[in-house]
Amino acid sequence: MSFVEYSEFIQEGDVAIIFLGHESMMAVNVQHGAQTQTRYGVIRHSTDLIGQRFGSKVTCSKGGWVYVLHPTPELWTLNLPHRTQILYTTDIANITLMLELKPGSVVCESGTGSGSLSHAIIRTIAPTGHLHTVEFHAQRAERAAEEFCRHKVAHLVTVRNQDVCKDGFGVTGVADAVFLDIPSPWEAICHAKRAIKKQGGRLCSFSPCIEQVQRTCEAMLDQGFEEVCTLEVLLRVQDVRSVTMSLPDFGPDDLTDPAQATSDPAPSNASVTLKTAIPPKEMAGHTGYLTFATKTRE
Amino acid sequence: MANDGDDPDAAFRVRNGDYVVLKRGDVYKSVQIQSKRKVVFEKQWFFLDNAVGQLYGTTFEVESGGTLKPQAPKGTQSASDAKEAGTDNRNIVDDGRSQKLTKDDIESLKEKGLKGQEIIQHLIDNSTTFRDKTEFAQEKYIKKKKKKYESSITILKPTARILALMYHGREWGKVCHLRYDTLAQMLTLGNIRAGSKVIVFETCAGLVLGAVMERLGGYGTVIQMYPGGGPTRAGMESFGFPPHFHDTLYEFPLCKMNALLGGKLDLESKDMDTNHSSGSPDESSDRIEDPSESGPREEASPLTQEMETSSEVPGVKVDEEDRKERERRREMKSQEKKLKMEEKRRKLALAAAQLEGRNADGLVIASRFHPCPVLLGLLKFLSPSRPFVVYCQYREPLIECYTKLREQGGVVNLHLSDSWLRHYQVLPNRTHPVLLMSGGGGYLLTGTTVAMDAPKTSGQPKTEEPSAKRMKLQEAEGSA
Repeated sequence: MSFVEYSEFIQEGDVAIIFLGHESMMAVNVQHGAQTQTRYGVIRHSTDLIGQRFGSKVTCSKGGWVYVLHPTPELWTLNLPHRTQILYTTDIANITLMLELKPGSVVCESGTGSGSLSHAIIRTIAPTGHLHTVEFHAQRAERAAEEFCRHKVAHLVTVRNQDVCKDGFGVTGVADAVFLDIPSPWEAICHAKRAIKKQGGRLCSFSPCIEQVQRTCEAMLDQGFEEVCTLEVLLRVQDVRSVTMSLPDFGPDDLTDPAQATSDPAPSNASVTLKTAIPPKEMAGHTGYLTFATKTRE
Repeated sequence: MANDGDDPDAAFRVRNGDYVVLKRGDVYKSVQIQSKRKVVFEKQWFFLDNAVGQLYGTTFEVESGGTLKPQAPKGTQSASDAKEAGTDNRNIVDDGRSQKLTKDDIESLKEKGLKGQEIIQHLIDNSTTFRDKTEFAQEKYIKKKKKKYESSITILKPTARILALMYHGREWGKVCHLRYDTLAQMLTLGNIRAGSKVIVFETCAGLVLGAVMERLGGYGTVIQMYPGGGPTRAGMESFGFPPHFHDTLYEFPLCKMNALLGGKLDLESKDMDTNHSSGSPDESSDRIEDPSESGPREEASPLTQEMETSSEVPGVKVDEEDRKERERRREMKSQEKKLKMEEKRRKLALAAAQLEGRNADGLVIASRFHPCPVLLGLLKFLSPSRPFVVYCQYREPLIECYTKLREQGGVVNLHLSDSWLRHYQVLPNRTHPVLLMSGGGGYLLTGTTVAMDAPKTSGQPKTEEPSAKRMKLQEAEGSA
């Protein structure tokens, strides 16, 4: 298993996603002799996971069963250990498209945080691209680096433990794209510009508050970035269901026939059943604003 | 700019034959660079000859006669040195006479070949109310006039982002109303990446196919399933991929899928292209067939050359020549047809070999066909534990897909979703959502394949949930 390559069978050291049904999952590190407790009973790694195919059904000790899935950045995003607030797949998808990421892209990112976006970037730029990610929190930087090793993508990423607003990204003139998710992105715009190739490239900044966006846009324009564009994307997941609607009773329709009016008690339980998709009662109404810009060639 | 033998920017220069995207404001158009070819874009016509050799990202001024002149890197010029401005509009009366220039005056300015910049300055100078407008209103006025009179065009290298914006803005009927943020979701939720084997079924002019190929970066395989007589690829061609990308692309006709699944695919049959079923009119108009479209393989066939020369031969032998000519032409046609058939058969065999392993890593569907049969058919070619993504302009067909998949099993983590996109105007003291937003960008059904159970005789419908859980759910939903 690797986050940049599918493999058929589960091996020791892999990350596997245990799918427990209905929005409930967990990530496990597969190890000989290890056990994982679920609400359907115990999963014994040596017998239940190692050597099995990804996607197969695993019967737990209590007779319940789960599926074991191959990890993807999207499944990881839903199951990773949070060290910070993270970016979710809806924003990640738009960042990836709008930054024009593809195999071979060189990308700078700060902060690394919990690595939710990092994994998605690495997936997209492999096998020939590289991610330079900067995290000023020493322990978080270290954890991220360990995770990249465990997920067999360490060769595609360099983690630097420094303050991007003071020290920049640690590289100059190499990036096709820069992504910022920090409290004061406007302080890092000049460093972003320096990191991007002289032929130009793309920039994105993620901020929850509009005041941050305003300062960032101003800094982008000051630094000569063009095509500055701010947007927000929300995902609405629908619940597919059968609903039943009863039909009203208007009484007998042929009143000229007195026999019918008296003999027939009105059938008052007629109804129609249909399949529909119901929007959730509540949903994430805001994650953050995404501001994109283009650095034109120097 | 050093422009000597070893130009470090060679890779960033526009070459003849390149597919490029023209940009003006936020309107895009995809064209192929060809010498002496007239291009019409945003009510202007011009030739792209002067763009050759220039760097991508260069902005050009359209001059009279349709020549393009590279613009000097612009300093931050503003059309007016607005020194004076009002504070509010209490004294601005709309009497329709604030502009002292008439329509004819403006026309004659344009005919004189005045630059857009100069025309705008004239309009400002002749506007009696301009000085009384607030600073913001002045800015807005200038912006509006710029849009109308300034005629600069930027030439960009095509990317999925730009082409998705272009199709959504100009031809969204052709891409089943697929909005770019929805396309972004598809590529990410489908885990499309280098090295994967992806099955694509789309009738989005080839945009989705191109976006998938961009994410594969030439590593891996794409099998394009197509309806009717052949795949539509105009959108994919617009990406201008290098030749080796095309080596990773296979095509397979949907009408042979049942034969393939039943193990009855006949690769020797002679009626290879009798199935011209449903080519929709909008597909056929995707690209106007142009003999020079074929890019690198472009060469005038000896036939056409001969025809030109033979028509110049004077004398009585013309009839004789003509007959021979026609004879020869017929022969060449049938030869060509044979070769084409051969080629088609070879391609079919290759694509069938790719599919037969039933070990694809991803499935992307976005078409004007009902997604249900397509999805249920194509899922059979996926390995277990692989994501699939189905786009549909409408919600109801995906509800049906969802229900059928739940009955059939073999998938988990099903989600039916749509996304909502809002743009913002961010300016000092004038920040707000953009006034017009998209009403909808279609719907997605996503999920992950898992191993199918061996069919049990118990007749119990399989769902994602263990039985105890299912009971609870059914009680909660109140559905039997």
